[in-house]
Amino acid sequence: MLKDITIGQYYNVESPIHRMDARMKIILTVLFIVSIFMCKSFEALGLMVLFTLIVNIISKVPVKMVAKSLKPIVVIVLFTSILNIFYIRGGTELVNWHFIHITTNGLFTALFMAIRIVCLVVISSLLTYTTTPTVLTDSLEKLFAPLKLIKVPVSTLAMMMTLALRFIPTLIDEIDRITNAQKARGADLDNGSFMQRVKALVPIIVPLFVSSIRRAYELADAMDCRCYTGGPGRTRMKQMNLRATDFVWLGAALVYFAGIIVLNYYFKAVLVK
Amino acid sequence: MSDTIIKFDNVSFAYEPEDEEVVRAVNDFSLDVPGGQFLAVLGHNGCGKSTVAKLINGILVPNKGKVTVEGMDTSDEEKTVDIRRIVGMVFQNPDNQIVATIVEDDVAFGPENLGVEPSEIRKAVDSALKAVGMYEFRKREPHRLSGGQKQRVAIAGVIAMNTKCIVMDEPTAMLDPQGRKEVMDTVMKLNKEFGITVILITHYMDEAVKADRVVVMDGGRIAMDGTPKEVFKNVERMKNLGLDVPQATELAYRLRKKGFKLPDDILDENECAEAILKILEVKK
Repeated sequence: MLKDITIGQYYNVESPIHRMDARMKIILTVLFIVSIFMCKSFEALGLMVLFTLIVNIISKVPVKMVAKSLKPIVVIVLFTSILNIFYIRGGTELVNWHFIHITTNGLFTALFMAIRIVCLVVISSLLTYTTTPTVLTDSLEKLFAPLKLIKVPVSTLAMMMTLALRFIPTLIDEIDRITNAQKARGADLDNGSFMQRVKALVPIIVPLFVSSIRRAYELADAMDCRCYTGGPGRTRMKQMNLRATDFVWLGAALVYFAGIIVLNYYFKAVLVK
Repeated sequence: MSDTIIKFDNVSFAYEPEDEEVVRAVNDFSLDVPGGQFLAVLGHNGCGKSTVAKLINGILVPNKGKVTVEGMDTSDEEKTVDIRRIVGMVFQNPDNQIVATIVEDDVAFGPENLGVEPSEIRKAVDSALKAVGMYEFRKREPHRLSGGQKQRVAIAGVIAMNTKCIVMDEPTAMLDPQGRKEVMDTVMKLNKEFGITVILITHYMDEAVKADRVVVMDGGRIAMDGTPKEVFKNVERMKNLGLDVPQATELAYRLRKKGFKLPDDILDENECAEAILKILEVKK
């Protein structure tokens, strides 16, 4: 049933990655993404892939789940790789047959690009596999807190995100109910041409919007009643505390980052200018 | 009973005050609620009872007259937060008043807004959840709870703010009988054990029977005011106002009309059964 969906894709197991402070996880993810695009030699790329694998194993998220997150990008990876192979020039020429030219540069760019995209997706989905949406929102609020100095309403935006997450299951329920109500009135949602089916959605979307707006008003009243002002002076029950292990992770990440730089420096870049 | 906590002083309110044609939702309404009282407000649809609820903690401000909570005027914007600290509100639809994705986070929402220390919030949340009997559900997601449970979470969210008074606008209207019972038991407990003033707006007569005092509204005014026994005695008046009386009262009323000598202040099944038994014994 629709109601049983879990919001986000949190995978609930105990692991050092799950226990890591979410703010640290976000920072390290960003750092890792930077490192992905710094790899210029095969050695650096190898280290990056190795790191990705190790982190994944520690997180205890099953391979099946990781593979699932890669499914939507297969086409993009294949497409960009093929384009790269045929269009990038430079380096040694491998094939030269009529209009088809394949060079080492083209081949390596394609390979690098594919590995980079895959690692990027694997690591960033790991963030969402190991962190609940609620915690993710809270830590984003904390991380962006300095923006309050330039009057960005960070807390308000975080509250909006929390409310959006909170209302996803409620609205799914509502869609269920409206769909059934319209079916009971004879609406045909499953047959007909594409355009007919799109049109059939209108009697579901309109009541959904109307009821959502009504809900929003009621929610605003309820939040007012509970003294929400959106202003400063709000505290949080659950405090986030960085622990020693979080700094161990930071250290490990910095060592890895240094490793990438060193490997880039000592080994020859793959692409020939 | 302690001093007056909520006072309505000749209050009038219209949603469109410029339009003279439109009937006022609340019209020249005066009411004193002493602290610790369990007050039920009855009335048919559109009699202004929900408006009264919203006037209490300043969601709506009267066009005429004055509403005061512990002496603070609800039209004074600087006092709004202080007033809402004293008077909490529970609405009809539990889904539209729960803000967080985890039960305990939702209960913490009020105290967080008040800027309470994190460790104090933890204590307030735990004791509020225990008071409504939802402590073991504290890590759950609200959308997986039943209606009655959600409504109890909403109540916990109010009492975690240490409110002295809870205003409930038809809190059981969307619940099944089991959920209604859960919520009513919780409300009774809060009133009797914690001394919290309860203003229950309802259209269920059997809920009103449990109150200390019943106010019946009609056309934005008070039609009747008294203990449940005093109010429900007037069966015909209630029916004229478009309201029912509790089933036991109804039965006693009909029997009385047929000439049986039953007392006129019967409210629940037990009282009714005893009275009928007495008549049967006399007949033997």
